[in-house]
Amino acid sequence: MSTADQLVPAVSERPEPRLISIIARKELRDAIRSKWFWLWAGSFGVLAAVLANIALPGSQVAEFGNFGRSAASLVALVQIIIPLMGLTLGAQSLAGQRESGAMRFLLSHPVSRTEAFWGTFAGLAIALLATSAAGFGAAGLVTGLQGGGASAASFVRIAVLTWVLAVSMLGVGMLVSTFTNRAGAALGTAVFVWLALTFLGDIGIMGTSVATDLPVSALFFAALANPVEAFRLASLTAFSGSLDVLGPAGTYAIDRLGDKLDLVLLATTALWAVVPAALASIRFSRSKDL
Amino acid sequence: MIEIRDLTKRYGRATVVDSFSLSVAAGESVALWGPNGAGKTTVVRCLLGLVGYEGSISVGGLDARRHPKGTRQMIGYVAQELAFYDDLTVLELLDFSAGLRRLDADRVDAVIDTLGLEDHVEKKVTELSGGLKQRLGLATALLPDPPVLLLDEPTSNLDAASRESAIHLLDRLRREGHTLVVTSHHMEEVGMLVDRVIGMEDGRLTIECDPTDLAERLGIRAWLQLVLTNGSTEAAVQALQEAGYDARRNRRGVLVEVPAQGKGKAVAAVQQAGIDIEDLEVWR
Repeated sequence: MSTADQLVPAVSERPEPRLISIIARKELRDAIRSKWFWLWAGSFGVLAAVLANIALPGSQVAEFGNFGRSAASLVALVQIIIPLMGLTLGAQSLAGQRESGAMRFLLSHPVSRTEAFWGTFAGLAIALLATSAAGFGAAGLVTGLQGGGASAASFVRIAVLTWVLAVSMLGVGMLVSTFTNRAGAALGTAVFVWLALTFLGDIGIMGTSVATDLPVSALFFAALANPVEAFRLASLTAFSGSLDVLGPAGTYAIDRLGDKLDLVLLATTALWAVVPAALASIRFSRSKDL
Repeated sequence: MIEIRDLTKRYGRATVVDSFSLSVAAGESVALWGPNGAGKTTVVRCLLGLVGYEGSISVGGLDARRHPKGTRQMIGYVAQELAFYDDLTVLELLDFSAGLRRLDADRVDAVIDTLGLEDHVEKKVTELSGGLKQRLGLATALLPDPPVLLLDEPTSNLDAASRESAIHLLDRLRREGHTLVVTSHHMEEVGMLVDRVIGMEDGRLTIECDPTDLAERLGIRAWLQLVLTNGSTEAAVQALQEAGYDARRNRRGVLVEVPAQGKGKAVAAVQQAGIDIEDLEVWR
């Protein structure tokens, strides 16, 4: 039998990457075994391939080249699907484990809440990377086969931005998940957040700008305050090279930020990937009861 | 080994554990006894740091609030409501648990053998019966061979044979020197497993006694159903009533109320009246 004296020095109270990695691997395995994962990955892959195929030959979108048309279609698809995927996965993660009691099982081990959180986050983020890769792999294959592969670097950049968007939505979903022990309530809230970010955000900004004569600067920064819009702006610069297509707000951004525009957009997208997850981690680690 | 001082736990306005204190020596075995809602499970969850609390808890000299991981490293835990990761197999779950505790595969093999899970290792957790889940819970608790075992109703889902086997195993662990804290409703389990009983009600410590005194101290009663030979029922009721028991006829024979740990005297009273008892059952 072990004695207390033998065991006490063996554990560090600091977060251990080894434990985060073990939990992440379990989460990834759970995700891969889930039918929802394959449904998401399959749907995204098929839709991306179909859109790429439709967008390339004979497209009416004359402003961009072959690659641009394909990328524009993909960005539109990503704006809808990826936020929903990340939000729902994140929302169900902590709340689902708390509801089932599995979180109590995990935290009866010498594992801190911080390790449990980041292990779950990392596992799901890798699962989302696989889903994004499936979609962009399928689209890239179709685009490449039809001769649209001249802008491969831009294509890869949009793929990376897609994953970053997925991770930011995962963080928002997990933040939602820290507010409730019920997976159903977390899921419902996540769907509402998705609607707000994807549809209401766009319509709301447009409506507010018309109703209140919002200055173009406010319009631009309001767009950055929405991670889905921030992704769209960062992706647009990838395949069109500018934000002219956005009208006055795009022109303002180019005039005001100049060469730094790209950096600001990428930094904003990256911040969205980090801040919600960090807030969720702090909330989960400080929550009193499981 | 375990020191709990003025433990208080509130959920909103409800106080579920109220200024509860307890010391458990290394190698001692203690039962938390009480009705549902007495606060037993909450005390266990506080020990594991699963819920916030007021007061202080130390395990093996470590402050549980400042060293939650170090505290849990010393504890093996079986939950009352068994919940694992349903999509993992038994082997995967044990491997996962062993990984989190830096244990090698030999320990996993050992607990599979000890708990008789060899035929179930490839089954998913969700496919297991309540009894098998309870054995899996015990397996995860015993995996690190911890100095302290927290067992929240450890045999509640087991059938009679599995319960006897589990009690035998826990008794062996107690004799080997593990510190046991058990919550239980089963008198026999408490009698066999623990050195001391801590009674709880409404979150407070109400009684502290030897397990052999528990039934008497708490006034716990049982019912004996006696199945008798034909025609002897009335005589048995009369003999029992003369001996001071509350006895009555029913469709199967005689039902008699007895102290939970004084059943033999009622049986003897019937036999001394020259009446044969064909069978008997104990009800609580």
